Amino acid sequence: MVGLKDISDTYRSHLARVEKSDAGDAFRWLHPLREAAFARFCELGFPSVRDEEWRFTNTAPIANTAFAPAPSGEGVDADQVAPFTLREPGAHRIVFVNGRFVPALSAAGSLPGGVILGGLCDAAREHRLIVEAHLGQYATIENHAFSALNTAMLEDGAFVYVPKGTVVDAPIHLLFLSVADAAPWVAHPRNLIVTETSSQATIVETYAALDGGVQFTNAVTEIVAGENTVIDHYRVGCESTEAFHVGALHLHLRRSSTLTSHSIIFGGALVRNDIHANLAEEDCECTLNGLYMIEGTQHVDNHLVIDHAKPHCRSWEYFKGILDGKSRGVFSGRINVHENAQKTDAKQTNMSLLLSDHAQVQSKPQLEIFADDVKCTHGATIGQLDDEAVFYLRSRGIKREDARSLLTFAFAGENLNKIRVASLRAQLEQHVRIKLSP
Amino acid sequence: MLEIRNLHVAVDGNEILKGVDLKVGAGEVHSLMGPNGSGKSTLAQVLAGRETYEVTDGEVLFNGKDLLDLSPDERACEGVFMAFQYPVEIPGVTTNYFLRAALNAIRKYRGEDELDAFDFIEFVKEKARVVAIDNSLLQRAVNDGFSGGEKKRNEIFQMAVLEPKLAILDETDSGLDIDALKIVAEGVNKLRAPDRAIILITHYQRLLNYIVPDAVHVLVDGRIAKSGGKELALELETDGYTKIAGQRAAVETEKV
Repeated sequence: MVGLKDISDTYRSHLARVEKSDAGDAFRWLHPLREAAFARFCELGFPSVRDEEWRFTNTAPIANTAFAPAPSGEGVDADQVAPFTLREPGAHRIVFVNGRFVPALSAAGSLPGGVILGGLCDAAREHRLIVEAHLGQYATIENHAFSALNTAMLEDGAFVYVPKGTVVDAPIHLLFLSVADAAPWVAHPRNLIVTETSSQATIVETYAALDGGVQFTNAVTEIVAGENTVIDHYRVGCESTEAFHVGALHLHLRRSSTLTSHSIIFGGALVRNDIHANLAEEDCECTLNGLYMIEGTQHVDNHLVIDHAKPHCRSWEYFKGILDGKSRGVFSGRINVHENAQKTDAKQTNMSLLLSDHAQVQSKPQLEIFADDVKCTHGATIGQLDDEAVFYLRSRGIKREDARSLLTFAFAGENLNKIRVASLRAQLEQHVRIKLSP
Repeated sequence: MLEIRNLHVAVDGNEILKGVDLKVGAGEVHSLMGPNGSGKSTLAQVLAGRETYEVTDGEVLFNGKDLLDLSPDERACEGVFMAFQYPVEIPGVTTNYFLRAALNAIRKYRGEDELDAFDFIEFVKEKARVVAIDNSLLQRAVNDGFSGGEKKRNEIFQMAVLEPKLAILDETDSGLDIDALKIVAEGVNKLRAPDRAIILITHYQRLLNYIVPDAVHVLVDGRIAKSGGKELALELETDGYTKIAGQRAAVETEKV
């Protein structure tokens, strides 16, 4: 067991390196927040299962691994990137290797006037006013050790800015690739997506591994949906089955905005997906869809908090898990309806399909309602494939294994069908099919 | 084509079928009738390969093969089809996808080429027309949100697509309005062929106004109590099952 002091010392050395780096220079104005975040991380330490919010997810494997800062990952070429790109006409792509922006592998394409797409480190210099106005405003360091650590170690990530009244037609693809090194490494990508009034954009965040190996990606994404915006967001996790991934997504919805975020997770030994949506103004609509499909000893924890702060907002959560082998899934969904958030309409659904007798799921809905005129429902089901349905398919000539695959695909399909980027949906469907083929 | 010899079947230790003997030849339509709980559906389920039923004695030969030795999917590939009394809803799987998967599984088993999506849709639309099914059904999830009548018609549609050698219809007529019943009957009559056999399991004589069977059997308490021609069904309609059940009980008593 590694003590808190050793952990602090390790990451203090990482911090010293960051401060001296180019990012340390670009984010000099961030220095006080870095210090505060690091101090908070040292106080909190990595969470233990005694912490209610981490009861079913043991972070000891992360705490007990001596991670080195992510190596530069130089030498990745376009051919290696190609399989992970979005085959969507006109897609705007920026690529990160081991957490750092690599312009040479990126293809931002032709963007509408005023749209900014690039690395956050560059943006800290070139668009400091926008970055400073939003960075760290939504991702809190107070109660989340990983977000505090990310803020302290902040070096690079994606920056997307969509100005007022602008529609970005083709999806914006933020592709994060990891390359193995001899030693386990950690990266802390930090993404900031800001959309102004009446704009529209589709953003796909992909985390994928070029090879195996132990890596720890501790990502934080902050998204501001401006007034009357329509934002479609996807987060796809296809890392190696040895990788650790802690991702925190902070959504800030302004008046009459419509934001949909899909989380799709296939990879990772230990994955924690934190989503916090703040429906901060009236008439917002937030949809959170999720699908994960795991096997072996993989562990995926989806942890959702939706704050209904103002009246007339809607939120829909639809999360599904497919678990095989000895895998473990956790779903925690909290909906906070604040005192004056009248006419809130919220619905949460969590469905889990266990394909083996040894897989386990914990599902924990929590509704905290302080307003009296609201509609708030939740439902959770955990089950196995329906024997009746399997028999029905078999009685028509379909083999047992094929019948099981077909029914499992149908379970996933209901969620995949909600993906509006056609090429992404096709790629993910293919991924599910490959996983289901014997 | 089908020969059932001394079939004994139990569920959770309770014997339901107590020695059924039945022979159905190619080209024949047999009707199997009987009161509730007599074992009609159990027989259908056993023939289709439901694993929750335990065959404790007897044998079933299908075109000379030991049917009980085959898995449910192998039986379907050999040409056995059961129209379910309670068809299962399968959300997320379109009827089109499901039927193509089924047809191609059967074709593959028989060493035939699989049909591609284009050829299949042509084939299946023709079948849909025959059983008066709207093409939009193909894009709907299998039985999902269907009415009882729609589900039964979908069974007949599947039968038309899969073209089985032996079709067992388990109370497909129950609960149907007269129009739906005629469609079901028409579907069955179109399937009648010298190389096919059909077993109609039914509670009511009504279906037999539209499908004339070659033989009628009455199942009572796990055994075939009486067999006869199509007139037996009419007799049952008038006298009910109690008379036959009574005769059977008398025979039992004599044996003792």
